[in-house]
Amino acid sequence: MSVLVFVEGFNGEIKKSSLEAATYGYQVAQQLGTTATAVAIGEVHEDALAKLGEQGISKVLYDADSRLNNFVADAYVKVIAKAAQQENAKVLVFSNSNIGAAVGAKLAVRLNGSLATNVTTLPKTDGGFIVTRSVFSGKAFAEVNLTSDVKIIAVKKNALEIANAGSGAATVEKFSADLTDADFAAAPKETIMQDTSGGVLLTEAEIVVSGGRGLKGPENWHLVEDLAKALGAATACSKPVADLDWRPHHEHVGQTGIAVSPNLYIAIGISGAIQHLAGVNSSKVIVVINKDPEAPFFKAADYGIVGDAFDVVPKLIEAARALDK
Amino acid sequence: MKILVCISNVPDTTSKINFTGDNKSFDKNGVQFVINPWDEYALTRAIELKEAKGGTVTVLNVGEADAEPNIRKALAIGADDAIRVNADPKDAFFVAQQIAAIAKQNNYDMILMGKESIDYNGSQVHNMVGEMLGIPSIVPASKLDLVDDSTARLEREIEGGKEVVEVKLPFVASAQQPMSEPRIPNMRGIMTARTKPLQVVEPVGGEVKADYVSFSKPEKKGGVKMIDAENAGELITLLRNEAKVL
Repeated sequence: MSVLVFVEGFNGEIKKSSLEAATYGYQVAQQLGTTATAVAIGEVHEDALAKLGEQGISKVLYDADSRLNNFVADAYVKVIAKAAQQENAKVLVFSNSNIGAAVGAKLAVRLNGSLATNVTTLPKTDGGFIVTRSVFSGKAFAEVNLTSDVKIIAVKKNALEIANAGSGAATVEKFSADLTDADFAAAPKETIMQDTSGGVLLTEAEIVVSGGRGLKGPENWHLVEDLAKALGAATACSKPVADLDWRPHHEHVGQTGIAVSPNLYIAIGISGAIQHLAGVNSSKVIVVINKDPEAPFFKAADYGIVGDAFDVVPKLIEAARALDK
Repeated sequence: MKILVCISNVPDTTSKINFTGDNKSFDKNGVQFVINPWDEYALTRAIELKEAKGGTVTVLNVGEADAEPNIRKALAIGADDAIRVNADPKDAFFVAQQIAAIAKQNNYDMILMGKESIDYNGSQVHNMVGEMLGIPSIVPASKLDLVDDSTARLEREIEGGKEVVEVKLPFVASAQQPMSEPRIPNMRGIMTARTKPLQVVEPVGGEVKADYVSFSKPEKKGGVKMIDAENAGELITLLRNEAKVL
């Protein structure tokens, strides 16, 4: 038996969240006294795959079929299921991305496995297989015992540090699951990529700079963007800002938007409604900048500045630009 | 057009989350329950499609009797009838099994639900249902339109962008903003909802694959450190040297 990790590429490189999944997979393999194999699909550089050895992955099964460059659930499931069978994998590890969670759920049905998404800890394996998952929109944790023979885990982003196991390069083996046209029946007709500010994906970002109604209008968003650029951060916004069409909906973080868990979340002109907190409360460090000292967000913050964004943010941009990288 | 909309009954977004019985179960005491906000996007889109093209919208909940006020609310918003599978929704696999069983009996053209529930945040049920029924599941979908009587066109959010997907009916899709603008039931809707059919059925299967053992709450933050706006640049120094996140 072994542990199988699914790694996702973005622009040919392996996503940070997948390096976290690889770390998790290796650590579970260590616990169970076995090895961790990765499976990769579509457009990923082979040297990036070999470097997964740093996270302790010994072997990578790589299906380079170009039809897999876009996510097609049925085809992905077939490839990963075949890899799981070949490797006799009893633990399958994904990152908790749209793709990872989707494929994980379908595999749970196909392989008759137990699934936990949003997982934040390694399993406790004395008397079961118990993982902790984030629930109630970050307001609580649940311990879940995965009782089936096959366990499928989607690891919450930024929940664990990427480890360097220090092993050599992973061997990369070509892999194919004999896909047919039927597997691509629900393939996308068209893919429209956003202009991701400076190439930083919001859900993968280590730093997020977010703006609210306190910025008074979309014409002032250069404050958010310039600070984000100086820090190498992604930009985000609150729900009212998306509802007012100041910013696109895919930037909306909160209970009914995207949940993020970066190392640093900087909120500018956001009062901190409980629904907004639900989307950002897993951030490691929260900074709140608001001119209202009574803004509820300060209660959830690690650092706060009471002041006008138009005053404060330019000072932050200046200080951030002065940092030696 | 026959549309099934699956709704879950969840604590209101502003609820304080507490646990009872040695932290083994969620404390419902004093908690207001609502239709899962994500499911509301699915429900209103289903009603819009029905209004445009004709057909029926059936609401399905896997839950106990205390979910009925919110099932009635969904009927008041405009669904035609409802089914409640009378069971404690123990895990995603169990819930998906119930939905798939109902779907197999009724030949729905589409099965819609929210992209996740705001209580257990699993984001699992839609894809499991699609897999159990052998039909496509488009998750998460931010737009849903019918191209003709047998084809739908959806937009799916992906990291860094979106995809346009065309699928043959039937299919499963999960909703997120901006698929629709949720509605508030009007007085006429509330009155007619009282007499709309709500069928209660018993569950199938019963296997639990993800057994919830206990709950806990995150540690409280240590308190906020305030920085004077005049010396705002000091924040960047603290983030680097003290918090070590830069």
